Amino acid sequence: MTTAAGTPSDRSVLPITERYPLVGWLRRNLFSDVFNSLLTLAALAFIIVIARIFLRWVFFTAEWGVIPANFNLLMRGQYPAAEAWRLWLVIYLLGAVVGICWKLIVGQFSGAARVLIAIPFVLMLIPFFSMGSRLNLLITAVASGAGFFIAGYLPIQRRGRAAAYFLIAYLVVMLVLLRGLPGEEGPMPPVQPILWGGLLLSLLLAFFGITLSFPLGVLLALGRQSKLPAVRIMSVIYIEFIRGVPLISLLFMGQVMLQLFLPDGFPLVDRVLRALVAITLFSAAYTAENVRGGLQSIPRGQYEAAQAVGLSAYQSTIHIIMPQALRAVIPVLVGQFISLFKDTTLVALVGIFDLLGIARTIISNPDWLGTQQEVFIVVAVLFWIFSYTMSYASRRLERRLGVGER
Amino acid sequence: MKSMKGINRTGMILAMVVGMIIAACMSPDAGPEPVLSDEPAAPQPQEVQSTLSIVQERGKLVCIGNSQLPGFGFLDSEGNFSGFDVDYCRAIAAAIFGDANALEVRPATARERFTILSSGEGDVIIRNTTWTMSRDTDLGMNFGPTTFYDGQGLMVRKESGVVTLPDLEGASVCVITGTTTELNLADQFAAAGVNYEAVVFEDFDQSFTAYEEGRCDAVTTDKSSLVSRQTTLSAPADHVILEVTLSKEPLGPAVRHGDDQWFDLVNWVVYATMIAEEAGINSGNIDSFMGSEDPNIRKLLGLEGDFCSKVGIANSGCFVDVIKEVGNYAEIYNRNLGPETVFDLPRGLNSLYTDGGIIYAPPIR
Amino acid sequence: MQTIHASQVKPPFYRDERILGIISQVLIVVIVLGLGLFFFSNMISGLREKHSVAISFTFLSQGAGFDIGESLIEYSRERTYFRAFVVGLLNTFQVAFLGIVIATALGIVIGVMRLSTNFLISRIAAVYIEIFRNIPLLVLLIFWAQAVFLKLPRVAEAFVLPGPIFLSNRGIAIPWGIPTESWGTFLIVLVAGILLGAVVVYLLREQGKRTGRMPLVTLWFIVTVAAVGFVGWIVLPQPLTLEQPKLEGFNTQGGKILSQQFMALLSGLVIYTAAFIAEVVRAGIQSVSKGQREASTALGLTAGQTLRLIIFPQALRVIIPPLTSQYLNLTKNSSLAIAIGYPDLFAVAGNTILNQTGREIEMFTMIMGTYLSLSLLTSLLMNMYNKRIRLVER
Repeated sequence: MTTAAGTPSDRSVLPITERYPLVGWLRRNLFSDVFNSLLTLAALAFIIVIARIFLRWVFFTAEWGVIPANFNLLMRGQYPAAEAWRLWLVIYLLGAVVGICWKLIVGQFSGAARVLIAIPFVLMLIPFFSMGSRLNLLITAVASGAGFFIAGYLPIQRRGRAAAYFLIAYLVVMLVLLRGLPGEEGPMPPVQPILWGGLLLSLLLAFFGITLSFPLGVLLALGRQSKLPAVRIMSVIYIEFIRGVPLISLLFMGQVMLQLFLPDGFPLVDRVLRALVAITLFSAAYTAENVRGGLQSIPRGQYEAAQAVGLSAYQSTIHIIMPQALRAVIPVLVGQFISLFKDTTLVALVGIFDLLGIARTIISNPDWLGTQQEVFIVVAVLFWIFSYTMSYASRRLERRLGVGER
Repeated sequence: MKSMKGINRTGMILAMVVGMIIAACMSPDAGPEPVLSDEPAAPQPQEVQSTLSIVQERGKLVCIGNSQLPGFGFLDSEGNFSGFDVDYCRAIAAAIFGDANALEVRPATARERFTILSSGEGDVIIRNTTWTMSRDTDLGMNFGPTTFYDGQGLMVRKESGVVTLPDLEGASVCVITGTTTELNLADQFAAAGVNYEAVVFEDFDQSFTAYEEGRCDAVTTDKSSLVSRQTTLSAPADHVILEVTLSKEPLGPAVRHGDDQWFDLVNWVVYATMIAEEAGINSGNIDSFMGSEDPNIRKLLGLEGDFCSKVGIANSGCFVDVIKEVGNYAEIYNRNLGPETVFDLPRGLNSLYTDGGIIYAPPIR
Repeated sequence: MQTIHASQVKPPFYRDERILGIISQVLIVVIVLGLGLFFFSNMISGLREKHSVAISFTFLSQGAGFDIGESLIEYSRERTYFRAFVVGLLNTFQVAFLGIVIATALGIVIGVMRLSTNFLISRIAAVYIEIFRNIPLLVLLIFWAQAVFLKLPRVAEAFVLPGPIFLSNRGIAIPWGIPTESWGTFLIVLVAGILLGAVVVYLLREQGKRTGRMPLVTLWFIVTVAAVGFVGWIVLPQPLTLEQPKLEGFNTQGGKILSQQFMALLSGLVIYTAAFIAEVVRAGIQSVSKGQREASTALGLTAGQTLRLIIFPQALRVIIPPLTSQYLNLTKNSSLAIAIGYPDLFAVAGNTILNQTGREIEMFTMIMGTYLSLSLLTSLLMNMYNKRIRLVER
C-alpha cells in the first residue's frame, strides 16, 4: 500500500513520514510524543479487551435462538399473521412515495438518496429475515426506484405541493391498510390498534408523534412570540409546564385519567391513541422552544421589510419568517425527533406492546428465560439503527443546506 | 428552495387532515353512539345503557385479564390468551353469544384493572382478583362467586432451609406493587417481628426474574400463582412454597356497581359451571343429557322454565353453550391447572362441597 | 362618506388592530378556560358518580401500610403516606444529585477525549457518543438492570474487592461511616470551617483586587475547610466509626448497600447523559477560537494551563445553558426508575401510593408540582450561576 507514493528516486530524498504516508499518518495521529504513544497503547489495549469480550459473547456465549423464534412478535406484535401482507403493502407504498417525493423535491439522485435506496438492501442482510421478507424488501427497493423514475415524467407544475398531496394520500391509504375496513368477513378485516405492536408500533408512534406535534409546536412558538399578552402567557405556561414534568407522568395520566376528563358516555379512546396524545402534547412543547430559537435568529429587518412591502402579519409569517426560521433549526428539530422516537419506548411502561414492551414479554416466556442480554441488545441495535440513520441524514442535509456553517 | 414553501404552507392542513383521520380510525369499534341526553326530540327517557346491551351491540365481550400468569391468564406463543380466568371470560361470551370466541381479552396490570373497568373500557374483570371489602365498597366493584380459593404464600429456594417466617430475618422479598400482597407482606412480617427488604416490582415477570436470578431470597404472591410460576423456573425442584399462608385470597370475577342484570349474568354463568360438575355434565356428554328427566338438569339446560331469560340470555339452550364450548368447573380446572398440566395443582379447597371442598353453587329454581 | 385624509382615518372597529387583538385574546381565553372548566367539571362529576369521592388531601396523614426497600430517612409501614412521598422524593434527589456529578465528570472526560489529537482516543469517544445518544434511555436502563447487574453473582458467591466491597446482584456493599455521639458537634465544626473559608475567600479577593494578582481562591477555600475539619476530627472522640459490610444471613450486613436497582438506574442515567454532556463540552471548547489557544501557547502557557485558564472559562459560557437542560433531563429521566423497581418519587407516589389509595388527581397534582418546582428551581440556580460567570468575564 505504502509504496504507491512517488517514484523510487523521490523516496530517498523525502523523510520517512512523507515517503510512507501511512507511517506519517501514524506518527502524526498516534505517536506524536511519548504521552501520546502511551495513550495510543492504552486505547489499543482497551479496544482489544472490549472487542474480545463482545465478540466472544456474540459468537459463543449468546443464545440467538430466541430472536428468530420471536421475530414476528418483535416486528409487528400481535398484528394477525394472516393480515401481514397489508404491512408489506404499506412498506412498498412507502418506498414508492419516498421515491416520488425525492424526485419532486430534490430532483437529482444525490448522496442521501443512495443511503435511502441502500436501506432495503442493508436490511436484507439481517440474518433473522426469511427469504420471503427479503423478496419483499427487494420489491420495496424496486418500488422506490420506480416511483423516482415515474415521477420524472409526471406533468406537474407545483412540485412541492404535489409532493405534499402524495404524502397525504399515502397517510390515508396507510391508515386504511393498517386499520382495515369494517366487516369481519371482508377482504381487510379491522385490526384494533392495541394489536399493532413491536417495531411497527414504535415507528408509527414516532411518525405520527412527529407529524402531529410539529404544527402544534409551530403554533405554540408563534404564540410565545405573539404581541397579544394573553396568547403569550398561555403559550409560556403550556410550554414551561410540559417541559417541567417527565413524559412518563403524562403517559400515566393519559392512561388513567383521560377518560375522567371526558363527558360521561363519550366513546372510549383507544389506549394507543391516548399514548399518542401524551407523546404529541409533550413533544410539541419542545418543538415550540426549538422553533422559537429559529424565530429569534431572524433579524428584525426581515419583519420590517415584509411589512414595508405591504404583507399582512399572516402573510409575512408564512412566506418570510417561517421558512427562514425553520431552515435555521432543521438540525435541532431532527435531534428532537430522534429523541421523540426514543421516547416512544416509554409506552412499554403503560402496558402497550411496542418494541420494548414486546421484548419484556419475550424474556418472561418460560421457553426463553435468561435471554435478557440477547433480546435487549437486539432491541437496542434496532433503535440505534433508526436513530443513527436519522441523525446521519440530518447531518448530510445540514451540509447541503449550509445551515451549520457560518 | 421554491418547492419547500409549498410544503410549509400545506403543512398545517396536512396535519389537521391526518389528525382527523387518525382520530376516526383509532376510535375503537366498541361502544355504540352515546345517548345524547340534551336531545329535545328524543322521546325515550334518558337512561344509562345496560352493560349487556352494550356488549350485545358490540358483538363481543371485553374481559379484563392477565397476560403474565401461566395457568390463569397468559399469551400463548400463537398470540392467543388462555388460562383458567380466560376460560371464565369465554364462558360468559358463550352464554351471551353462543360463541366462546366472541371475546377480547384486555390485558391489564394489577394497578390499572379497576380504573379500566370503572371507565367502561372493559365489561368484567377476571384477573386473579381478590375480593376485599374496600374493593367491594370504596372502589365500587361487585364481586361474583369465588372461582378459586387462594391464599398468599412465599416461595424460597430449598437450599436456604427456610421453613417459617422468622427464618426469613434479614431476607430480601420480591413483591408486586399495588396489590393486597404488598400490604399483607408488610403486616405479617411486622406482626412476626421479622426485618426484611421489600423489593417492589411492577409485574410478575420482573418479580420472578429477579427471584430466579437471586436478587431476592423469597417471592410472595398468591399460592396458585406461585405454583404456576414455579413450573416456569429453570429448576422447579430447587424451590419450595412455604406452608405459611399470609392471607385469605378468594379470587373471582368483578363487575361495576349498579348493573344488577349484568352482575346476575356473570354470577350465574360461574354457578352453572359448578352445577354442571355436580350433575356430572361435561362438554363431552352434554348431548346425552338433553333428554334427561331430572328437573335440576332440565332447568340448567333450558329445557324447563325460563330462568336464563331473566339474566338476559336467550332461553333456548340456557347454559348449554357454556358447557359445550368451555366445560364444567372440573374441566376448566383440569384443563388449566389439573394433573395433565405442568402445574398439577391439587384441588383442595376448590373441590366440590361433596368432595370436601367449598365449591358450592345455589340451585337453579 | 366624506373624504378625509388617510392619516386621520380611524379604521372601523373591526379592522382596528388593538380592538381585534383584545377581542381575539378574550375569545382565546374564554375558549381555553371553557375547555378547562369542561374537563374539570366532567372529572368532578365522574369522580362523584364512579367512586363517590371528592378531592381531598387528608389521606396523606393516614398510615401507609406498605414497606419501601430503601430510604434515606427512617420509614416503616406505620408512617404516613406523606412520609412515604418524602422518602420517594429524597431517593429521587439522591440519584439525581449523584447522577449529575458523575455524568458531568464523565462527560467532560469524553468531550475532551473527542477533541484529542490522538486518533484512537478521539474515535473511542466518538463511538461512545454515537452509540449511547442513539439508544433509548429506557432500553439502556432495563439492560443495565436485567442484563448486567442482575447477572452478577449471587450474594453468597459475591465478588469481594479489597475494602471489603461486596459485588453481587443485590448491589454493592461498601464500608461506611456510622455517626457516633460526637457527630452532631463535628457537623457544627464543619459549618464553622465553611464560614471561616468564606471569610478567607473574601479577604483573598480583596487582596487580589489591590495587588492585581488573583490567588487560587477555590484551593484556599478547600484548604481552610479541610484544616478545620481535620482539627475537629482529631479533637472530638471519633465522630464516625467505619463499619465494614460482612456476609451474614441472607444479605450483607453493615456498611452502606447501594442496591442493584439504584446502581442500574445510576449507571444508565450517567452513561446516557454523559454522551450528551460530552457533545455539549465539545461544542463549547470548539466555540473558543483557535487564536486564543495559539496566543496562550505563544505566551508560554503549558497545554494544561491553556485548557484551565483560557479555554474552559470561555467555553463555560457556551456550555452552561445546554448543560442546564441536560441536568434537568437527567432529573426528569430518573422517573424511569419505575421500570426497574427503584423507589423514586414517581414509583412511590405515582405507583404504590396511587394504587393503594386510588387518589389519581391528588397524587398526579403532587408529583407534577414537585417535578415542576424542581425544574424551575434548577433553571433558576443555573441562570444565577450563568449570570455570575458572565460578570466575571467582562
